[in-house]
Amino acid sequence: MTPPTRSNETAYNTEVAVSSTIKRGVSLYSYQNETFQGKMTLEDCIRTSAKLGAHGIEIIGEQTFWGWPECGVAQDDVDNWHRLIAKYDCTPVSHDFMLDYKRYKGREMPFDEQVASVKNDIDFGARLGMKFIRALVSIDPAVLVAAAPYAEEKGIKILIEVHAPLHFDHPWIIRHAEAFEKSGSDALGFLPDMGMFLFRFPPVWKEKFMRIGVPKAIADYVEQAYEDRVLSEYVILNVQQMGGTGPAIAMAETMRHNAAFEPKRMLNYMHRIHNIHGKFYQMDEDYVEPSIPYDEIVKVLKQGNYQGYICSEYEGNRWIEDAQEPDSVEQVRRQQVMLARLLGESVTPSLQSPVAA
Amino acid sequence: MMDNKMIVEGSLAHVEGGFSFLGRLPYYRGLGLSMIEDIIVSVDGKALPREAIRFAVRGKTYTLDEMETVYDNRWNFGEKAQIIALNGGLPAGTHAITFAVRMRVSYLPFVPTTKDTKELALAA
Repeated sequence: MTPPTRSNETAYNTEVAVSSTIKRGVSLYSYQNETFQGKMTLEDCIRTSAKLGAHGIEIIGEQTFWGWPECGVAQDDVDNWHRLIAKYDCTPVSHDFMLDYKRYKGREMPFDEQVASVKNDIDFGARLGMKFIRALVSIDPAVLVAAAPYAEEKGIKILIEVHAPLHFDHPWIIRHAEAFEKSGSDALGFLPDMGMFLFRFPPVWKEKFMRIGVPKAIADYVEQAYEDRVLSEYVILNVQQMGGTGPAIAMAETMRHNAAFEPKRMLNYMHRIHNIHGKFYQMDEDYVEPSIPYDEIVKVLKQGNYQGYICSEYEGNRWIEDAQEPDSVEQVRRQQVMLARLLGESVTPSLQSPVAA
Repeated sequence: MMDNKMIVEGSLAHVEGGFSFLGRLPYYRGLGLSMIEDIIVSVDGKALPREAIRFAVRGKTYTLDEMETVYDNRWNFGEKAQIIALNGGLPAGTHAITFAVRMRVSYLPFVPTTKDTKELALAA
């Protein structure tokens, strides 16, 4: 008998042979509506995620830790983080940093200071036990390349978040990819946000635009034009000619910033993709995200032999908060049920699950 | 985002020379104070001059001009800052307070302003 080959080529072609090693996690960004108002503590966020079997924890450092970066973070707070991570058997995944290069009014932060700022976030990520820190997509690739040797020293990878309107065929992302390859460093990579694969106009967006005054005929038109993949500029002109103003134009303009890019484009970059933002705008009761094709996404990630986390990133809050109080926990629960099913897990995630205490 | 959670309910109070209320940054994270470009407060439809506004957090009080060069302090995520308006004072009763924040966000290709209006009661 010939032993089974282990090449990527085989993995691409025999989908069923690849058992999923993709892991589930949550970005605590998902619970922002509750944490902003003091309705959930850090422990509530971590315990809730752990109950759902989402043991990977991603944070925006400065959202979770008051004081970061300008005032620093006390060691007691870092110790508490590690205590909670251990208590609920979780794994720190990513510290999402911001790099405020517009900190100074009227002038951009100098290059060396930007690099020093990234190193500061590398240190913070390492203190928190993270494997990755997330960089925003507008950052100059040269800054990340300059910080890469320090990241290697600290055992951290810097991942640029590929987020709509950018995508893997955009020249800016290609420029990053080329810079990463040229650097020779494996401490540089990508964190794709699944919102770039928006294949339908999200119902919560349409409803919000109608609440702020977009006539139904225009809202229906934009939704259909999105479905038909019409170029945004034509849609904007048509909405103007339909008599659309203000919010109607804004609704059409969302098509400048969102499009149904192809999940399979990730396959060219799998060697540098180490974390995934499981962006979602709404999870319906039947465990479907109506606007982001998670079945296709998971299929592609399995094909690419992705072995990292998919971290829930709920962003529907801002689209419904004017009309109702978001229920972030229920939304995350539904997405975790969907992900567990798509990943072939045998147990359905439940908030009733016992957790280590 | 968080527009309708900017003004903290029940927080309107008298201060010497004016009034104050508690306000939160309408954002999913905090910001260093130098990136707060403006805070605009209106009371009963009348906007107050920028010079009349003070921002106080964790025991430190700043004018808006001072905040522009503060690099060692933050308005944290969800943190209730005291927004002070030195307008000479307000009579007791209910007042419509509008609170707007303009912030400089590094990754955004525009400078967003977010506002909230609430009816707040002021005790005698």
